[in-house]
Amino acid sequence: MKFTQSWLTRHSKIKLPTEKISEALTNIGLEVESIIKPNKNLKYFKIAKILNVSKHPNADKLKVCDVDIGKNKVKVVCGADNVRKDLITVFAPPGAIIPKNNLKIAVAKIRGVESFGMLCSESELNISNESSGIIELKNYKIGENFFKSEEDVFDISITPNRSDCLGVKGIARDLYASGLGKIIDNSKVSLKFSSKKKINVSIQKNSGCLQFGCLVIEGVKNHESPSWLKNHLRSIGLKPISAIVDITNFVMVDLNRPMHAYDLENVDKEIIVRKSKINEKFEALDDKEYSLPENSCLITDKSRILGLGGIIGGKFSSISEDTKNIILEAAAFDPVSISRTSKKLSLITDAKYRFERGVDPFSIEEGLKLAATLINQICGGKVGKISIFGKKNSNKTQIKYNPDFFQQKIGFEVSTKKQVEILNKLGFIVKKSGKYLNLVVPSWRPDISKPECITEEILRIIGLDKIPSNKPDTKKINNTLNYHQKLFHLLQRSFATRGYKETISWTFTDSKLDKLFSNNIKTIENPISSDLDCLRSSNFTNLLIQLKNNMDRSYTNIPIFEIGPYFEEDYKQKIAATAIFSGNKTFSSWIEPNKEISIFDIKEDLFYVLSDIGFDLEKLYLKRSLKNYYHPGKSGEVYLNEHSKDCIASFGEIHPLITQNIGINKFKPCGFEIYLDNIPVPKLSQRLSKQKFTKSNLQIVERDFAVIFDKNVTAQEIQKQIKNTNPTLIKSIDFFDLYQGENIEPNKKSLAIKVVFEPKNETLKDQDIENFCNDIVFSLKSLGGSLRS
Amino acid sequence: MIDLTQLQDQIKKKLSVIENQPELENTKSFFLGKKGLITLAFKELGTLDVTIRKEQASKLNIIKSQLTDKINALQQDIASKEINKKLNTEKLDITLPAKKIIKGKIHPVSQVIDELTSIFSEIGFSVAEGPDIENEYNNFTALNTPEHHPARDMHDTFYLDKDKKTLLRTHTSPVQIRTMLKQKPPIKIIVPGRTYRCDSDMTHTPMFHQLEGLYLDKNINMGDLKGCLEYFLKKFFENDKLKMRLRPSHFPFTEPSAEVDISYKIDDNKIVVGEGDRWLEVLGCGMVHPNVLKNVKIDSTKFQGYAFGVGIDRLAMLKYGITDLRSFFEGDVRWIDHYGFDSNDVPTNYRGLSK
Repeated sequence: MKFTQSWLTRHSKIKLPTEKISEALTNIGLEVESIIKPNKNLKYFKIAKILNVSKHPNADKLKVCDVDIGKNKVKVVCGADNVRKDLITVFAPPGAIIPKNNLKIAVAKIRGVESFGMLCSESELNISNESSGIIELKNYKIGENFFKSEEDVFDISITPNRSDCLGVKGIARDLYASGLGKIIDNSKVSLKFSSKKKINVSIQKNSGCLQFGCLVIEGVKNHESPSWLKNHLRSIGLKPISAIVDITNFVMVDLNRPMHAYDLENVDKEIIVRKSKINEKFEALDDKEYSLPENSCLITDKSRILGLGGIIGGKFSSISEDTKNIILEAAAFDPVSISRTSKKLSLITDAKYRFERGVDPFSIEEGLKLAATLINQICGGKVGKISIFGKKNSNKTQIKYNPDFFQQKIGFEVSTKKQVEILNKLGFIVKKSGKYLNLVVPSWRPDISKPECITEEILRIIGLDKIPSNKPDTKKINNTLNYHQKLFHLLQRSFATRGYKETISWTFTDSKLDKLFSNNIKTIENPISSDLDCLRSSNFTNLLIQLKNNMDRSYTNIPIFEIGPYFEEDYKQKIAATAIFSGNKTFSSWIEPNKEISIFDIKEDLFYVLSDIGFDLEKLYLKRSLKNYYHPGKSGEVYLNEHSKDCIASFGEIHPLITQNIGINKFKPCGFEIYLDNIPVPKLSQRLSKQKFTKSNLQIVERDFAVIFDKNVTAQEIQKQIKNTNPTLIKSIDFFDLYQGENIEPNKKSLAIKVVFEPKNETLKDQDIENFCNDIVFSLKSLGGSLRS
Repeated sequence: MIDLTQLQDQIKKKLSVIENQPELENTKSFFLGKKGLITLAFKELGTLDVTIRKEQASKLNIIKSQLTDKINALQQDIASKEINKKLNTEKLDITLPAKKIIKGKIHPVSQVIDELTSIFSEIGFSVAEGPDIENEYNNFTALNTPEHHPARDMHDTFYLDKDKKTLLRTHTSPVQIRTMLKQKPPIKIIVPGRTYRCDSDMTHTPMFHQLEGLYLDKNINMGDLKGCLEYFLKKFFENDKLKMRLRPSHFPFTEPSAEVDISYKIDDNKIVVGEGDRWLEVLGCGMVHPNVLKNVKIDSTKFQGYAFGVGIDRLAMLKYGITDLRSFFEGDVRWIDHYGFDSNDVPTNYRGLSK
């Protein structure tokens, strides 16, 4: 919302520096977004009168003028055809910059005659395209500035609740309440209703129009607006059109009261306000044809649609320079209906913006009177009486308010007297009733309905700087983090400890990529772009894109991770900690050769992290992964135990079809994921579940076995089998060699296994050890294992 | 009788020329071996007269122990000389590079969430969370923003269905609703999380992070809100002199509502927060609107409190001098290495928030 101080003075006696007003506006909740400073150059241009014209001695087309510029008289050489004695025009002195071509005027000899400035055409001043002669003015004071809007323009942002301040009057009122200016009562206007002409209006049920006020003015002469009106509109960036249109715009900005004027000649007998039917079309003032959504509010006559109520007028009934008789409309519309229609048409107008936020229904008469008075003054004509159709205004909101409530909510005391004073200035009617105040809310504040709203009004006028700053209490209601929040935090730090770099990527992704992860695309109705058109089915989607982008920048060694949401069928949200590693695990150097990351490096990282967050790695159970985004032979899933249903983590090489699809060809990225939702809250915390430490000084015994198995026998099965032979004594089972090839049948493999026994009570005897080893060899036979000879 | 003075002279002479281990061994056996001079002297004692035997024995003992000490000392001397000689041949070029360090990093947004959690934990807040996919009711209606309310237009919402019933939350405020529906006051929570708006330019990304705060109890007033925010902003920016101001504003779910500005200045083309006389908007806040409490069936005549919301990404940018918001979500490893935090750099109260 833009306005100037001079516009403000229509409603308030106020004369203050811009900064002072600006500060007050921001302090009371009308945030100043910017102050537009006037173009300093424009004040050079003065109103001047040509006193005398004589021929240029050296040029036929040029004339030498004596020009009165107020304080003194100067000689100016001019070539315009319309130069003549007594003409009032615009003079640009030396130093002025011509807006059209940015040329700076200087004293100069023109064909031998010195010229002390220039007389300007409208085109040179960027006012119009008129360039056939210099500007011709009437009734201007010589020596004054031509450009009046040499004022600072305030541009303030109005929150949706403060529709009243979409009118200059409302801003003046707020400033007055805060102690700036004094309100001028403009409500009394002397307007003669000298015409008996009336128009009948019928409002159909549920049309979206609540009240329709109008009057007829006959015999107007529509022409260009006077300069004060044009200046007001121009100063806030509105383009003057013609007096009647300008006046309706002026009233809209002045009072937050949108108006509309119809050419009476083009209205067929009467006005009918109704809702639109299916497939109705309408040509609006903006020269566009709109296919109207059903149930829009229409202003119509017997034969046509005249306007889209509260949004935009129709072309056919619009005002022109030839208009003689007009109907002026000021109405009240249902904000929801306006909002719905304008949204469907994507049509945003100043009127719509105001009606949607709330226009004072009590301002219908005020608006009609002000507009009629101005039209009468500027365009003449006979004004008919005001008629208001539709439901009578509903009762104003009343609030029973206890002044003590302010301190209870805000935390400091404001005297009842001061509270009443502020409310009065804001337009509330205040009646005391015991310890309560009975408040009648002004009709221009539809946002106020509760005592809390009253505290806000008083607070913003008193100033938020008066609120005390209470030292925060440390009362604690719950633990800061719950188990899964702690897990989230631990995982982040653990991944980073292993060398992974945390990234955050969009929750949405490209459905073309997502399709490779899931058959079920979770689409977004209104995506921001076509490559971010669905919610991701896996965190790997965007991590792979980031990987690729880094590779394109020649960064190939990328361990990155993200902990964030992904979505299963029916938009079910899950959370995973996902890491991806591409490139080298070791780098070729004088110490060691290059080695690309493998799934066993990834598995190591995964198990490190799982151990970090408290899992006993020995107890975990591995299965081959069925996830379609991993290489089927080089991926696995981790379960809490052999029988648990949900996997807590997975790892593997990313499926080559996916990496190829993204354009990663040189490397084979591997990744792992931990599914936080599948990790149950442990019954006991790590602290409480830890067993007592027992120390054994007895000799540890190691035994090695070389065993041949079928290829498909897994290490996990072998470990389990060995462990079961003596669960308490066997401390660890490791595989220190894996051999397939010469001397071994093609479908077999040879494994070298080291078993460590740790006695707890007594030193192991040779005979015992031999027995244990025999047990192991025997148990491995059930897996088809035989000792290598 | 063996002349002990002569023996001592002999010892002195022999010891003075020893240079290596074999010579030392030779000398040792020359005096102390089976046929060594000292051994022989001890043997001779038995043949001596009782009157002189005692004196001779005592002298001999002293000579023997002195000799043993000297030999031990020489032994150590020779050993260390020999080790040093060997080590001198084992010199490496220690300027050769070690293996490459691959450093993990924590994203600035995560770090700032940890900082905020640490700050608010000190004054009794706990962390609450909610889903990214919300229903229209929790995101808007329950927060006193009915359909067709102009405030809805300001949130460019991502919808997930044609009827606009499910959406990506436009703010973390719906977690207020979820929490108040399942927990009775007092409620004291912060809510960090991802939020979404269909908006993208230099200063907006379609996804960003917010932190919501809510404190609801019997007598929490706006002075408590101001005190809490002042505490938080001073702690976060690690500047006790930070100036803050509240400005009236409007949010449908608070009444009164305010926006909070902090002071800043531009120094050497960099923004310095907490100093100077320019104002920067950082957060929105207010007293929870009675309609919101009504929607979650909390009696607004018995309970009142405050709520606030702050942009986490923006806080990170201001505190750590990051200028481009979009770079937060690009995953450029150079950026992460530059602005990210070390894994053990966990913000705590006792250590201080930042290194």
